[in-house]
Amino acid sequence: MADQPMLPELMKAHGISRRSFLKYCATLTSAMALPPMLAPKIAHALESARRPSVIWLSFQECTGCTESITRSYAPTIEDLIFNAISLDYHHTLQAASGHAAEAARKQAMEANWGEYLVVVDGSIPTKNEGYSCIAGISNVEMLKETAEGAAAIVAVGTCAAYGGIPHADPNPTGAVAVGDIVTDKPIINVPGCPPIPIVMTSVLAHFLTFGLPELDDLGRPKAFYGETIHDRCYRRPFYDKGKFAESFDDEGAKQGWCLYKLGCKGPTTRSVCATVKWNDGTSFPIQSGHPCLGCTEPDFWDNGGFYKPLSTPAGDYRKFAAAAVAGGAALGVAGGAIGRANKARAARAHETVDAHDLEKKS
Amino acid sequence: MNNPYFDLLMWARGPGFDIALTILIGGLLLRVVEIVVLSRKKDLAKPKGSPVLQGLKTIFTRSVPRKGLIKEAPVTYIGGYIFHIGFAIAFLFLGAHIALIDDLIGIQWPEANKALIETAAALAVVALIALAWTRITNPVRRALTTFDDWLVWLLSILPLVTGYIAVNRIFGDGTLMMAIHMLSAEALMVAFPFTKLMHAVTFAMARYYNGSIQGRKGAES
Repeated sequence: MADQPMLPELMKAHGISRRSFLKYCATLTSAMALPPMLAPKIAHALESARRPSVIWLSFQECTGCTESITRSYAPTIEDLIFNAISLDYHHTLQAASGHAAEAARKQAMEANWGEYLVVVDGSIPTKNEGYSCIAGISNVEMLKETAEGAAAIVAVGTCAAYGGIPHADPNPTGAVAVGDIVTDKPIINVPGCPPIPIVMTSVLAHFLTFGLPELDDLGRPKAFYGETIHDRCYRRPFYDKGKFAESFDDEGAKQGWCLYKLGCKGPTTRSVCATVKWNDGTSFPIQSGHPCLGCTEPDFWDNGGFYKPLSTPAGDYRKFAAAAVAGGAALGVAGGAIGRANKARAARAHETVDAHDLEKKS
Repeated sequence: MNNPYFDLLMWARGPGFDIALTILIGGLLLRVVEIVVLSRKKDLAKPKGSPVLQGLKTIFTRSVPRKGLIKEAPVTYIGGYIFHIGFAIAFLFLGAHIALIDDLIGIQWPEANKALIETAAALAVVALIALAWTRITNPVRRALTTFDDWLVWLLSILPLVTGYIAVNRIFGDGTLMMAIHMLSAEALMVAFPFTKLMHAVTFAMARYYNGSIQGRKGAES
């Protein structure tokens, strides 16, 4: 793949002008919250940087992340960024199969030892390594082996970043995240189910130009996971006004009011969905009338139900309440009975006094 | 990898709420049933007035201060009104709270806008601070103040302050502040039946009792 043309030739072949390429670099710069004067540097780096070898490992996943990144609105410049890297192994996209595919991975690793980038989508089963294998190699083994010579790992999607849906209760495969297996390499988590394409390409562009981006406590690039969806939601004014959709087809839903009461997880979910949006900036879930599921957060599948408002109890509180009614009433009756018994005892112990007793001198 | 803030929020929405609700309901029933079971000896004398009507009337009339008392203790009365009304507005008219009440008992009503709720909450906090001030500066009130009073003061102000911070993201992580707000409300629920917060329920019983005694005697109350 090293003999492939560089980005300027590819742009020419796709009919993309230098002007639109520079505009794209400016967008990336702004998306990454970098100073505007760095845009030319990004353009220069993307045009001339040595194309790094990328090995893409897919474990317990649905291929949604690959679908999102490669097919959402291709052909675009994002697509070309993928051509700026040398994608040496990706079992959905590569032509080779079987032993030839594994040989390509081994070859890429040997040729670029210590410098290649590993992208992972999908979680890793730990209960039984046989649950998910590629060419007879278990996911754990392949990840450990490939990560050893990597410069860094990008965990794409919530499954790779936090375990995701396979990790959801009761987690039958003992699924874990990349960070639970690999602890000695820099890991960039790009969660989302799936992540937004430009977030993915921006992270790659950042890695190519400036190295690792600044990460938050959950290993996510701060530029893309710094604010909640609620903070930037165009329906926020309705939340503030107290105007909520109560169901998916009521007047509030038709008017585009806030979806908090339909279970929106926007207030607790960090992502740029509300600003960058999807499908070339067309829309995002809340804009199409569905509450945010909170897919960029760990354990989003188990966080109390997609359609329950964040302020409502997540547990089975009714049985406790029923027990409390019975228990409280029983204790109250017992307490009252004890009180009455004490009163009766005091009354019995009471000595009567008449006028003669009072006149008696002691 | 877990998000510890989200784990705390899920604890507050799950086991934390279950524990708090069980103690609140159990404790409330324990206190109220005990009072009812204890009851009073039946008064066999012929009533000179209408004890039931007077009792019911007194439940409401005692919410109005007597003549001259506002002048005597303005902070206590005005601060008391502002706190109670402000707390009630903030609690009963925020969309998230209505969603909670709807989930609990299946009834709901229109939400108020943020400006009204936040004004009410802010005024309630100011009123609580003013009331605390009189507890410190007035020697009589200072002598009457116990640990229980300060505990209840703290438990009442915390949900207001943490709620304001959580909604406006003044500082801290939004998820963490939401969890802290819920936990502060749960602390209030746990303490409710066993502190003077219980007056929110027993006030009606006490006022009815006082009113009906006077009514039986044919006196004003």
